[in-house]
Amino acid sequence: MSAISKLSTWTLTTASMLLAVASAHAQVTVDEPWVRATVAQQQATGAFMRLSSKADSALVQADSPAAQHVEIHEMIMENDVMKMRQIPRLALPAGQTVELKPGGYHIMLIDLKTQVHEGNHVPMTLTFESPDGKRETVNIEAPVRPLASGAPSGGHHHKH
Amino acid sequence: MISSIQRRGFLAALIAAGLSLYGCSRTEELKNINGIDMSGTEIGQDFLLTGTDGRQHRLADFKDKAVLVFFGFTQCPDVCPTALFRAAEVKKLLGPDGDQLQVLFITVDPERDTPEVLKAYVSAFDPSFMGLYGDLDQTAKTAKNFKAYYAKVPTGASYTMDHSAITYVYDRAGRLRLGLRHTQTAEEYAADIRQILALD
Repeated sequence: MSAISKLSTWTLTTASMLLAVASAHAQVTVDEPWVRATVAQQQATGAFMRLSSKADSALVQADSPAAQHVEIHEMIMENDVMKMRQIPRLALPAGQTVELKPGGYHIMLIDLKTQVHEGNHVPMTLTFESPDGKRETVNIEAPVRPLASGAPSGGHHHKH
Repeated sequence: MISSIQRRGFLAALIAAGLSLYGCSRTEELKNINGIDMSGTEIGQDFLLTGTDGRQHRLADFKDKAVLVFFGFTQCPDVCPTALFRAAEVKKLLGPDGDQLQVLFITVDPERDTPEVLKAYVSAFDPSFMGLYGDLDQTAKTAKNFKAYYAKVPTGASYTMDHSAITYVYDRAGRLRLGLRHTQTAEEYAADIRQILALD
């Protein structure tokens, strides 16, 4: 191995160790994020994931370079009528897993800057707020799944 | 909106009517269906909309196939893709009878769902699926015909469409027979559709 590639390997290993340490200390963990792919000229799509926080927290904001506007939404089915509404925050009670999945919550990416292609990743920044008003941000790269995706399969498990 | 009490009463009335006509050469009743029996209702008898194949379509164009109709819009990251994905699953579950099924997706949001977007979107789930659209007036008239509720609702930076999540199922003779609900599975849909395909 050349000196340069040894240095790169060392840097990468250290960086990923630091990242691992950082997320171990983070309040909130983000599991299995994904974004639904779009067709050309489609202006919006959704992001899904599982969130859990060690102490009481809430998702209060989401941002992404992929879209002009990013909002937290709730889907409500009432008498067989589907309604989506923006919500200002999504509560994450301590120790509970909150799922953003079809049938419930999602992050809406609105006014997409470009088509979202299957196989790519969408960078997102999630902002969490604890009851004392302290904020924590987590950066994620959400893989893009096909537009024609059903409910997430039961077989995926993230190990930390 | 039909309450579950009204729906049960309606179903009971239909069963009674069916029993009283037992033995006549009338269309068979569906048995043990998962969906809401809509046989004999006045709703959704026809439509006239433009298809993503560029041609005008009415229900009669799809005669001899079982037809599934769903109202939705492409900027719907949850219910609409799930419904179309399920329809594709249903088609697979029907096996060789899958090509006896025509899935139609009527947009309630023609302002954003241009023919190009609609075509690409619907085809992504299955190349045989067709999108249908009209202008705002035609859209309103069609939904009213189906008693399918929809509304444009501002939300955050944009707007969303509230819409009925019922899938309407027609038999090969172009008669509306069932309303299947979003909470039901592909297997439940397929079981009912197999019965419909077996009719006539």
